[in-house]
Amino acid sequence: MSFDPNAFLIILTGALIAVSCGLLGVFLMLRKMAMTGDAISHAVLPGIVIAFLISGSREGFAMIIGAGLLGILATVLIEYLVARVKLQSDASIGITFTFLFAIGIILITVFANQVDLDQDCVLYGEIAYVPIDLWITTSGSNMGPRVMYLAILNLVLVVAFISLFFKELKLSTFDGQFAATMGFSTTAINYGLMGMVSYTTVSSFEAVGAILVVALLAVPPAIAYLWSKDLKKLLVLTLLIGVAVSFLGYYLAYAINSSIAGAMATVAGFFLAASIVAQRVRRVKESRGRISLSTEQQN
Amino acid sequence: MEDFVYFFSFQDPNVVFVVLGISFLSISAAMVGTFTFLDKKALIGDAISHAVLPGVCLAFTFTGTKNPYWIVVGAFATGALATYAISWVTEHTKLKEDTVIAAVLSVFFGVGIVFMTKLQQTGNAAISGLDHFLFGNAISIVGEDILVYGSLALLTIFTLLIFYKEFKLLIFNRDFAVSVGFPVKSLQFIFNSLMVLAVVTGIQAIGVVLMAGLLITPVAAARFWTDRLGAMLFIAVIFALVSGVAGAYISFVFPNMPTGPWVVVVLSLVAFASFSFSHKKGLITRWYAKRKYQEQIHSDHILKSLYNVLENGGKGISLMELKKDFPGKDAETERSIKRLINKAYLSSNKDFIELADAGLSEARRIIRLHRLWELYLTEYMNIAPDHVHDTAEKMEHILTPEIEAKLEAYLDFPSTDPHQSIIPRDES
Repeated sequence: MSFDPNAFLIILTGALIAVSCGLLGVFLMLRKMAMTGDAISHAVLPGIVIAFLISGSREGFAMIIGAGLLGILATVLIEYLVARVKLQSDASIGITFTFLFAIGIILITVFANQVDLDQDCVLYGEIAYVPIDLWITTSGSNMGPRVMYLAILNLVLVVAFISLFFKELKLSTFDGQFAATMGFSTTAINYGLMGMVSYTTVSSFEAVGAILVVALLAVPPAIAYLWSKDLKKLLVLTLLIGVAVSFLGYYLAYAINSSIAGAMATVAGFFLAASIVAQRVRRVKESRGRISLSTEQQN
Repeated sequence: MEDFVYFFSFQDPNVVFVVLGISFLSISAAMVGTFTFLDKKALIGDAISHAVLPGVCLAFTFTGTKNPYWIVVGAFATGALATYAISWVTEHTKLKEDTVIAAVLSVFFGVGIVFMTKLQQTGNAAISGLDHFLFGNAISIVGEDILVYGSLALLTIFTLLIFYKEFKLLIFNRDFAVSVGFPVKSLQFIFNSLMVLAVVTGIQAIGVVLMAGLLITPVAAARFWTDRLGAMLFIAVIFALVSGVAGAYISFVFPNMPTGPWVVVVLSLVAFASFSFSHKKGLITRWYAKRKYQEQIHSDHILKSLYNVLENGGKGISLMELKKDFPGKDAETERSIKRLINKAYLSSNKDFIELADAGLSEARRIIRLHRLWELYLTEYMNIAPDHVHDTAEKMEHILTPEIEAKLEAYLDFPSTDPHQSIIPRDES
């Protein structure tokens, strides 16, 4: 197979996004907040649309700020419903994200003429446009694909966030009360994490859409968790799975000519199913081994 | 306005069908949602609704048309598969349920998107109808669709009503259901099927992305108005009906508008209103009750201050002096005094405040409760007299006339409290 620069750019961008999402997803999973991640990814939509209406473009920080604010708002709303309104948490999540997502879709439909977004793009994005959507500087020089730079920046910030606050994240994830007694603000860490999830969702939005980003947030960490419980190993495994999902997802989409983001989710799902089956087989073998051992001992 | 009259006068048979269709599916979704909500499985509905997308697309691929029968079959198949996958993986691996739900939801949806992008390349004209399944369009439900979705919704509703008692037991006390020999597994299977069915019937009108809203939101709103399952079902159904018809109406007036988002927005507004104003648990209701109670306590304290003045031989007290008793609460004190004057408990002459007859009687009552409680604590609880004041300070606002009468009888109508202060009573 000859080297295809476009394919390389798409796979690279996909891998960058998958790794950013996966690393944050590990912490979401361990905090039992996978569905909160799902909610945030849906809830940033109105922020994206409003920022688009104000700034008039997909570029720039307006979008990231708009969506970041909505992501935080969603988190606040969920926690408000749980703590003050005293609604059970699954319903709080369900109400918050359906409400915000519905507003986003309505805004897109109402401002269909002004906003260069459509409902399909919301659902699965279009990573195939990465190589042709170029970043042209004001002096006119071509710097390469714009979305790729966004993804690089995103990954750098995610890695910086995790390594800077690794101790705090770890402690507040596994023992919130102890973290609080040690003087860490668990609330600040929580909102920091949710803020990063919102930012990552927005940054990945054009490439994979608001819903399929959930596949990258939830599935690679879940696969990793089946193989290891050690936090550092989880992060490394998730990173590898993210890269593999992007690579194989691209070629699956190429082979059957379909949405790349959808194919990435499909590949991730396949890995998850395969891991579960492999684990089952291993466990069955182990228990058989134990049975034969115990029968030997009896003899 | 013209549209409004046209729509709600039901002269157009299409409008009648659309309203009937959306009513049936709103009812079935709200009813199924009530049980999943109480079972704390609300988000499984979200996973199912995303998971029906590949089934819908497969039905399109194989039949090449928008045939409602095959769509229902396909949607049901993948929806049921997702439900089964969630419970199996949660049970047999160390993954937590929320991770499993998020994973199943996004993977099924991703597979659905792959099928959908494949379908869009075929250029089949019927594919344009596929968009309705994403965000819903109630107006697109015509002819055979109504028959299929309507009868499925009715089937769901009746099955739920038939097994009402069994499902109730399953949710509130599963262990008991097992121990009295209910076929719990079969019942769970029937219920899961109903859950998938409710989602499947809703997808064309509400869309796969927001179907969860119709399952969760009306129920959460209803939960704030009642503690009884039957009433909750009824209220949730009403909320869902109103929102469903409102969403259908908006799609009717603006044909480009998807129905799902509007149904969800209307429902969410109903829910937020319920969270704020419900008679027992509403946030604003609770806040108002708390404020009222605090005002009551402050008025009680003012009456007590004035009674102390009387006990020390004074007649009344100036507003300035009275405010000094409650440092930092000048505004509250003034408001409470105004209210007490309006109730004729106090009289005020050039800011010199005295207890009126009614106020004197009320002040005596509060002081009496305070001192009776102090006496009760020292006599019956063996608490030292210098430790009883703080508790009595709280109880004086709470004790009811019935408890007062009991205390009086218990303590044999005492004349003084542990600190030798007289327990005041109205002369009769």
